[in-house]
Amino acid sequence: MNEPALKELLYKIADDQLILGHRNSEWTGFGPLLEEDIAFSSMAQDKVGQSHALYQMLETLGEKDPDTVAFMRNADQFHNCIMVELPNGEYDFSLIRHFLYDTAEAIRFEMLSESSYQPLADISKKIRAELRYHTLHANTWVKQLGSATEESISRLQRSLEQVMPYALGMFEESPYEKELIGDKIFGGEQALKERWMKKVEAIIAQTQLQLPDWKTIQPVMGGRAGKHSEYLQPLLDEMSEVFKIDPTAEW
Amino acid sequence: MYGGGNTFEGIKTDSIAQEDPVKLAEFEARIERGEKIEPTDWMPALYRKQLIRMIEQHAHSEIIGALPEGTWITRAPGFKRKISLMAKVQDEVGHGQLLYSAAETLGKTREQMIDDLISGKSKYSNIFNYPAFTWADSCFISWLVDAGAIVNQLANAKGSYGPYCRALDRICAEESFHLKYGHHCVIYLATGTQKQREMFQEAINRWWKPMMHFFGPSDKISAHTEVLMRWKVKMSSNDDMRNQFLDMYVPKIWELGFTIPDENLKKNPDTGRWDYTEPDWEEFKRVINGDGPCNKERLEVRRIAEERGKWVRQALKKAQTKYTVPLA
Repeated sequence: MNEPALKELLYKIADDQLILGHRNSEWTGFGPLLEEDIAFSSMAQDKVGQSHALYQMLETLGEKDPDTVAFMRNADQFHNCIMVELPNGEYDFSLIRHFLYDTAEAIRFEMLSESSYQPLADISKKIRAELRYHTLHANTWVKQLGSATEESISRLQRSLEQVMPYALGMFEESPYEKELIGDKIFGGEQALKERWMKKVEAIIAQTQLQLPDWKTIQPVMGGRAGKHSEYLQPLLDEMSEVFKIDPTAEW
Repeated sequence: MYGGGNTFEGIKTDSIAQEDPVKLAEFEARIERGEKIEPTDWMPALYRKQLIRMIEQHAHSEIIGALPEGTWITRAPGFKRKISLMAKVQDEVGHGQLLYSAAETLGKTREQMIDDLISGKSKYSNIFNYPAFTWADSCFISWLVDAGAIVNQLANAKGSYGPYCRALDRICAEESFHLKYGHHCVIYLATGTQKQREMFQEAINRWWKPMMHFFGPSDKISAHTEVLMRWKVKMSSNDDMRNQFLDMYVPKIWELGFTIPDENLKKNPDTGRWDYTEPDWEEFKRVINGDGPCNKERLEVRRIAEERGKWVRQALKKAQTKYTVPLA
């Protein structure tokens, strides 16, 4: 087992889940309707819980405990893609991000459920079952709002164009890409991206939204290598504000 | 979460005289026998009006109450607390949803209720007009404010209106987990570092006054609500609920080695009830009528959320969709 490759993979997935879970939780009390408050809160709990499980797996591979890993690192030590750290913006932005992200994650964990690293394959089966509801939620809303009023369609269209370069940043390749594929730990970002594009196209085709031409989109990369936007460090500072009062204390 | 007691003003009973005396007598007999009143049953106009008012205020308290605690979700120290607090605040919003549905069975839509909340026409629990400055404040809310809410809600769950009682049964079951979560957080602060203990002591010092206000004005100065007691709309007096809360929680706070900022607080061996410094009811009135530390901020957040979400709600409407009263 190529341990550095495996750890790099686990870190980037766990960090994605933690940071987007954190952003989803910021909708608590602010949703456009109570049902959406509740839905984003459910997804936040799932995602933060999933990140915790992956950090626990990293702990068994010799990394520090999940609380220390999540609450004590700086932005440049995080491997999440930049898309998940962007502020929530308006509901259309959060919804489109949720749709593009969870469509990819559902495929990612489906691929990982066949990983040669058995603990990862096992947990991926469980996570896949949870993500089914996230994609169901995203698809329902994108189809509804993407075909409803002039305002809802134009808002979603604008957000789709705005988020897409960041969405492609999800598939930034790992320095261990070949090893991961060769050792059958993970089928690779390129394969994931191709399946994701087809899925996104299929859903968008059921709306009045227009997908931008894939070839014209310039992906925003860097997150996987610890190069982040200005939004991540303030998020982390807020997240660790109480924890850092005394990191040795039990809260 | 919800503080009762503060919802009733003087009741004008004139309208009762205009009700059909036979139907009224039958209605009162049913309540007397412990039966539940259901949405399609006959009920006096005053009963309907007071119930809408009470359930609506309760619903508002849930969603406004999600705000002071909600701000601590993104700061909760460690995975265990972060996930638990998310689930807890989510429950509160869910309670709001459940209660708006219960109130809708009486004929007022959720939209009308939220409009009245934002315009200031209808009220919510006074305690949420105070700020949660520290993590320890959020722990105080989760443990003790929820404890107070349970005292109130368990009483109301024995009331006469079916949909409200059923909503409260579900709510109380969830609140009991909140209480455990809050107590667990406080035990960790109490048995932790000196800094952690200080944080919780300061939270008690800040929150004791609003906590005493929570159950509403003293019975001596409360409006007369006999008819609402007879109809099982109001189930317990403010002072009785306050006393019950003190009985259950003051010993627990003292046991953890904290002090309570009221030198007159003690159990009176002659009456079996708690003596305490009379809360400042003028301040209570001032805050509930809009002049508290956070009233403007809380309503502004709600107003902005409604405004920003308007296009989403409009996009959900279709001309052929007909409004239906929810089942409860």
